[in-house]
Amino acid sequence: MADVNRGNRPLSPHLTIYRPQMTSMSSIFVRITGNAMLVAALMIVWWLLAASSSPEYFAIADGFLRSWFGDLVLFLSLWALWYHTLGGLRHLYWDNGGSYDVAFAEKLGMGMIVGSVVLTILTVLVI
Amino acid sequence: MAFVTDRKRAVGLGSAKDGTHHYWSMQVSSWALLILCPLFVLTFGSTLGGTYEEVTATFARPFPALIAALTIWVGFMHFKGGAQVLIEDYTHGATRAALIIGNIFLSYAAAATGVFAIARMAF
Repeated sequence: MADVNRGNRPLSPHLTIYRPQMTSMSSIFVRITGNAMLVAALMIVWWLLAASSSPEYFAIADGFLRSWFGDLVLFLSLWALWYHTLGGLRHLYWDNGGSYDVAFAEKLGMGMIVGSVVLTILTVLVI
Repeated sequence: MAFVTDRKRAVGLGSAKDGTHHYWSMQVSSWALLILCPLFVLTFGSTLGGTYEEVTATFARPFPALIAALTIWVGFMHFKGGAQVLIEDYTHGATRAALIIGNIFLSYAAAATGVFAIARMAF
């Protein structure tokens, strides 16, 4: 440890080496969906602030959220929310002693993809 | 070439004392959001599209107001933790510190704004 070479060491294979797999892709999309939901969350906070301010301000924020662009962001975020929720469930399962078997992890990944789409459609039908 | 032993380098730096706080706070907030998010999606989703009067009347009721306030607060605290790990994974040095501080500022500012807005409609 005292004077080890810290600069010029061989690196372990990373994203540019590995081919995309169900395990890595289903995992990175949990991160992407989680962070991307910031956009929708800020839009909703703005909408609430406008609603609490005045009818005129609400009309501006409400018009933006219900425009085609706002609609698209909210719809994609709804899917992101369900995907991230299912990914979170998988994490809670793993973190509390669940199986790390690769074949099973791949099944769970497929379950997250299918499940999130089904839940998104169901939600749109309900609300 | 530094003539310092490993032990000499480590002495005085102290232990981290705590390494589980981040993990635990993400666990607790994710369990909470598991309950809050579906309820928020239903209450917010059925409110969006209403008139100004309908929207303000909805958030004047206890249940939608509490669900929205809790979801926004816990959600942004969960975001704060998750986004910090993202920053720590991909950035270094001063950039990392600046982004982490900015992330914490943004998370608290957005959470406080959301709760304030709901409180103003509720009271």
